[in-house]
Amino acid sequence: MKEEIIIAGFGGQGVMSMGQILTYAGMKEGKEVSWLPSYGPEQRGGTANVSVVISDKTVGSPIIDSPSTVIVLNNPSFEKFEPLVKAGGKLFINSDLVTKKSERIDIEVIDIKATSIADKVGNPRVAGSVILGAYIEKTGIITRDSLITALIQVLGVGKNHLISVNEAAFDAGKNILLENV
Amino acid sequence: MGKVLMKGNEVIGESAIKAGCHYFFGYPITPQSELVAYMAKRLPEVGGLFLQAESEVSAINMVYGAASAGVRVMTSSSSPGFSLKQEGISFLAAANLPAVIVNIARGGPGLGNIQPAQSDYFQVTKGGGHGDYYTPVLAPSTLQEIVDLTQEAFRIADQYRTPVILLGDGVLGQMMEPVEFKETSEEMHLFEKDWATTGTVGDGPPKTITSLDLNDVSLEERNRKLQEKYETIKDQEVRVESYKMDDAIYGIVAYGTVARIVKSAVDRAREAGMKVGLIRPISLWPFPSSYIRKLSEQLQLNKLLTVEMSAGQMVEDVRLSVEGIVPVHFYGRNGGVIPTVDEIYQEILKLKYGVMV
Amino acid sequence: MKAVFERTSGLIDRETHYCPGCTHGIIHRLVGEVLEELDALEQTVGVASVGCSVLSYHYFNCDMTQAAHGRAPAVATGLKRVLPKERLIFTYQGDGDLASIGMGEIVHAAARGENITVIFVNNAIYGMTGGQMAPTSLLGQKTATTPEGRAAQTQGLPIRVSEMLATLDGASYIERVSTHDVPHVIKAKKAIKKAFQNQKDEKGFSMVEILSTCPTNWGLNPEESMQWVKDEMVPYYPLGVYKDHSYKGDGV
Repeated sequence: MKEEIIIAGFGGQGVMSMGQILTYAGMKEGKEVSWLPSYGPEQRGGTANVSVVISDKTVGSPIIDSPSTVIVLNNPSFEKFEPLVKAGGKLFINSDLVTKKSERIDIEVIDIKATSIADKVGNPRVAGSVILGAYIEKTGIITRDSLITALIQVLGVGKNHLISVNEAAFDAGKNILLENV
Repeated sequence: MGKVLMKGNEVIGESAIKAGCHYFFGYPITPQSELVAYMAKRLPEVGGLFLQAESEVSAINMVYGAASAGVRVMTSSSSPGFSLKQEGISFLAAANLPAVIVNIARGGPGLGNIQPAQSDYFQVTKGGGHGDYYTPVLAPSTLQEIVDLTQEAFRIADQYRTPVILLGDGVLGQMMEPVEFKETSEEMHLFEKDWATTGTVGDGPPKTITSLDLNDVSLEERNRKLQEKYETIKDQEVRVESYKMDDAIYGIVAYGTVARIVKSAVDRAREAGMKVGLIRPISLWPFPSSYIRKLSEQLQLNKLLTVEMSAGQMVEDVRLSVEGIVPVHFYGRNGGVIPTVDEIYQEILKLKYGVMV
Repeated sequence: MKAVFERTSGLIDRETHYCPGCTHGIIHRLVGEVLEELDALEQTVGVASVGCSVLSYHYFNCDMTQAAHGRAPAVATGLKRVLPKERLIFTYQGDGDLASIGMGEIVHAAARGENITVIFVNNAIYGMTGGQMAPTSLLGQKTATTPEGRAAQTQGLPIRVSEMLATLDGASYIERVSTHDVPHVIKAKKAIKKAFQNQKDEKGFSMVEILSTCPTNWGLNPEESMQWVKDEMVPYYPLGVYKDHSYKGDGV
């Protein structure tokens, strides 16, 4: 088992945190993991992306050329990373924010109106968690429990109050995926 | 202690503290700034001191002062800032002062960019500053290895009274991986520093730390002793790892971040039935020359390929190691571009089948 | 017979390399005497700089570290910050070292209120390298690199370091003194003593700028040199206390 995930969007959409939650969760399950951000000026307002590897074996390259999963939260990220998804891979799209459509037939495209769903559970800013909920349901790469543990770790003590809304977002993401099937 | 998930820059900081380094003089530059911030937060917690200097030049000279007083001390920078530290490193080497200097290298020359690079190889392995000196250079390729090598860097620095360079790049500095910190051994802290200038109170006549010697004959003698020290280091401190080389006929030489990418490419090539492996220098100076030479002879290697994030720097040392007995090819990306697994895989195919059409 | 003057134990008994008529020797003695009087020799680490005083570690009877050109305040900072606080750290720097290549280091050491003592020897020229223009060389002064005399339009104007550093809140004590005659030498010693006492009292950054001679590179004999300090340097570099206020000590 080896998942190579790229998450991409605008700075401030929680891209780095989403990556960290997956990485922590993988580590908690005893898997080999790595997390590599894009960094520098692009962090400030431009597009940001993070590469996460979760594997049974030692992680070789933390740099991902052909991701098994891509999660995109804006149009520029779609343009950059949609062509890179490897054949048989998955592309998760926040279709509230991404207007472009994939025409690839060799990958699985999962459109989720993540911002609208997040709004319904109480906070549009947890759109990323909606997608993570859908992502773990789809891939089974890590358990919901590990994701929650990781969430608590990444939020830190100062943001404890955000745990329940993120949990609700995970579940909403999982449910929307089940409804669509 | 269990595993924790940390950024590479922070791992360097925590490892240094665990190695007994309680003093850090820093200056901000991407992509090593997290290390500076980490030390600013952590050192006061352990009773140590962090000071932000007004420049890299000043930071390395504060290190010189602290090292003169006999404490474990560190500074860090990235390529353009590291260049500014070179004068100070030459002085440290000449004055036989132990210190650890981190270079989280980025694209150059000039201001370049902030993406990862390995184009400071010449600078760190060939002395870098003026005069006849070398600095031991350790190049980790994983964050766990940073833990071990940071501790080793301080051990080597104290044992040989020399500045030691820990060389990483933007990828290693910025990425997160689980690491486990170990308690350092007792021996690690047992270096007597009776040469330190700490005030003569209680310890006899005044001591002097200097790199100046206006007499040519005595400076030559001083330099001879320095070179003797380097010979001992060359003998004792070579570190290298090989991966899937047991039956290899092609060897890839790569270090640091690139070695990780090469490992993935080697795995892919092995799946395709190619007998290829990786030789990973961990100490870049002293360079594992005789190891590479012997391995090339024993395995009767057909070809070597050096892969770097540079326009071709370490490849010169690889060629000097094998002295023509094996052809040495080179593949490099630079300016912050990271070679991909696929690109390296294609280069491996070329070793076997010649140039692809 | 009663001894009226003795060699200070603050200096090692050996011949110096300084030229006849150069006041480095006097200034060394003053520093040595002060350290002896403060019973601080064992507690002191000095930092030698680059220039004529590069070999001062041969003369001061205390631990010494030799710094790169201009970097003595940074080296002193490193020493001061890691050693026990009773240790006294001083730098001994010339004008080329402190006011040209090392201007960044001295300004920031002062701004940090670094609790060190700086002995700044200003003789308006680079001595060791053979008499080139220093940032403190006077207008019209002939040097190896201003053969026609320093001209404002091409070489700019001399820097008054004491006045400049005194504008920094971090600086605690700054005084300019001279060595051109005995009364001034006595004053200089008082200033040096205060600069070390301040460090003992943890008052922060203290610097004494000492106007000094360079007969060899000025092309004057020792006597004329003393006169030149008095007539040419003192008017441009007025003597006196420029700062005596401890930012740290007063808890401002």
